[in-house]
Amino acid sequence: MARAKKNLRKSGRRHPLATAALVGVGLLVTGAAYTGFSQTSATAEIDLESPATIEAGEKLFGANCATCHGMGSEGTPDGPSLIGAGAASVNFQVGTGRMPLAFQGPQGMVKPQQFTEEQTLQMAAYVASLGPGPSLPDSQFVQADSSDEGIANGGDLFRINCAMCHNVAAVGGALTEGKFAPALTGVAPTHIYEAMVTGPQNMPVFSDANISPQNKADIISYLKYIENQPAVGGMSLGSIGPVAEGLFIWVIGLGAVVGLTVWVTAKSN
Amino acid sequence: MAEEAKNSGGDAVVAAQSHDVDVASAGTAVISSDAVQNPGLPPHRKRVTDLDPQKAKRQERVVYSLFYISIAGSLGAVLAYMFFPIETGEMMAIRLHTLFVGLGMALALLAVGIGAVHWGKALMADHESIDMRHPVPSDEETMQAAADVFTVSNEESGFSRRSLVRNSLLGALIAFPLPGITLLRGLAPQDQDPVELAKHTMWTKGMRLARDPSGVPIKASEVTIGSAFHVIPETLNHHDFEHLNAEERGGSENFLDAKAKAIVLLMRLDQSELNELPERESWSYDGIVAYSKVCTHVGCPVALYEQHTHHLLCPCHQSQFDVSEHAKVIFGPAKRPLPQLPITVDEEGYLVAQSDFHEPVGPSYWERLK
Repeated sequence: MARAKKNLRKSGRRHPLATAALVGVGLLVTGAAYTGFSQTSATAEIDLESPATIEAGEKLFGANCATCHGMGSEGTPDGPSLIGAGAASVNFQVGTGRMPLAFQGPQGMVKPQQFTEEQTLQMAAYVASLGPGPSLPDSQFVQADSSDEGIANGGDLFRINCAMCHNVAAVGGALTEGKFAPALTGVAPTHIYEAMVTGPQNMPVFSDANISPQNKADIISYLKYIENQPAVGGMSLGSIGPVAEGLFIWVIGLGAVVGLTVWVTAKSN
Repeated sequence: MAEEAKNSGGDAVVAAQSHDVDVASAGTAVISSDAVQNPGLPPHRKRVTDLDPQKAKRQERVVYSLFYISIAGSLGAVLAYMFFPIETGEMMAIRLHTLFVGLGMALALLAVGIGAVHWGKALMADHESIDMRHPVPSDEETMQAAADVFTVSNEESGFSRRSLVRNSLLGALIAFPLPGITLLRGLAPQDQDPVELAKHTMWTKGMRLARDPSGVPIKASEVTIGSAFHVIPETLNHHDFEHLNAEERGGSENFLDAKAKAIVLLMRLDQSELNELPERESWSYDGIVAYSKVCTHVGCPVALYEQHTHHLLCPCHQSQFDVSEHAKVIFGPAKRPLPQLPITVDEEGYLVAQSDFHEPVGPSYWERLK
């Protein structure tokens, strides 16, 4: 009897790995649900010309942007005028989470977006209605599907026009007084295109007259091409060049040398 | 201990005051009666390998295993070289090749090193001993012998007696490094004046400003406010360059030299933000200004343009130029502003140069005029 009871209890006891499995399952379910949830809000078809969209955008603008940019978006001492900024500017700044600004600083930072794509486009429609400015890029130019020649051309243009700030490997670099050129890896093609046309923050403008839309498409294709290149030489160390390599040698290399020295000179017990 | 030091210090002061010179000189606070005693050697502790032959055996096994691992690593590196060859056209092969060859060699070296040190530390004889320090100077006899060598060689060679021979030898030794300096001079073009070389670029009156690298000329109307264009002279492309004569090439023999001197950065600022020198007011067009892209420090391309602050940053040594203030230096090691290219528009609306640069482009050097 006692033995049977013991067996029952034993079979009823949790396996040691059960807790870990439970946590794993929980994480998977949450992650999957979150992915599904965030994907559902990702697509929106909006007519930027329609008065309803513009009106909705104006309301959003009044509630979220007017504090700095002024009620008629004519600009205040805290924020520039947006007349003529164009839809591309709004889609870039709001779509990457740079606007609304979290705080005044040398540079607006990339944050999780605060508006859905629909709301972003509504505000873009409103700002575009205020004055002519760069419009959203044509979808054919943000596909990153250029031919090999196109990618080579994009690489040429990137090295001449962009690499000095954004680094030859497009991982970004420092500018003056706390500003920096951000990394271009993992940036949506649309946002890369819009940044070129609008010249956000301290970036110069590369209008379609300077770099044609097809050349912009080639640059985007090149960026996506190098982003997907495996690091053939082993660890790329962020591709930022001698700084990272120097840090690696000083910390890891000399650390190992110090460790070995301590071991060599320590007394054996 | 501290009390004792204090007391003896007090005594010293009293002694000094009473002019008793035998005790201690004035200013001596602590009399060294409490110098650190030699504690001698700590008691010898035997290692576990000395006490337990079983453990010594085990350490022995560790050591020879490490040496065998080292052999395996060396052979592994050879095998990796054979099995992961570098093949043309296959970039990923390089990664595997370096990875496995490197791992094999690292294992071989590390294992043999660690094994040797471990052998020394755990198994070789362990005892303390004192190596007495020798007096630093040699003994009298040796010193005298060395001095004699010098005296004798001086007498026999006549080094101090034959002053002409000696001085000419010194002169020859001083002259010996001079060829090195002339070799350095040979790194620069010998038959050309550096001032002339850097003074002239391909820009001439009426030359159109064109995009780098396509060579398509730029219309003034295409340059929007906040734009930055990377500019070359219209004739500066591989095809046209071949057909230019020496004058049109701006004093450069080859394409890259010509390009390195002639590159220009073109920006359009809001006219109200542009603060121009009175004598250069006609050098810009409608807020469009063009500056040499070659840094005046050591010649890196200065092209990190910030649209809002109008600062140009050189990525090499962080020199900063303010474009709105005629490219004057606001930070960093550069000594003079970037040379400005005077521009205007032709009848078709294309941007053209008014003339060449008015001063040599690129880094400063001592022959440079101005």
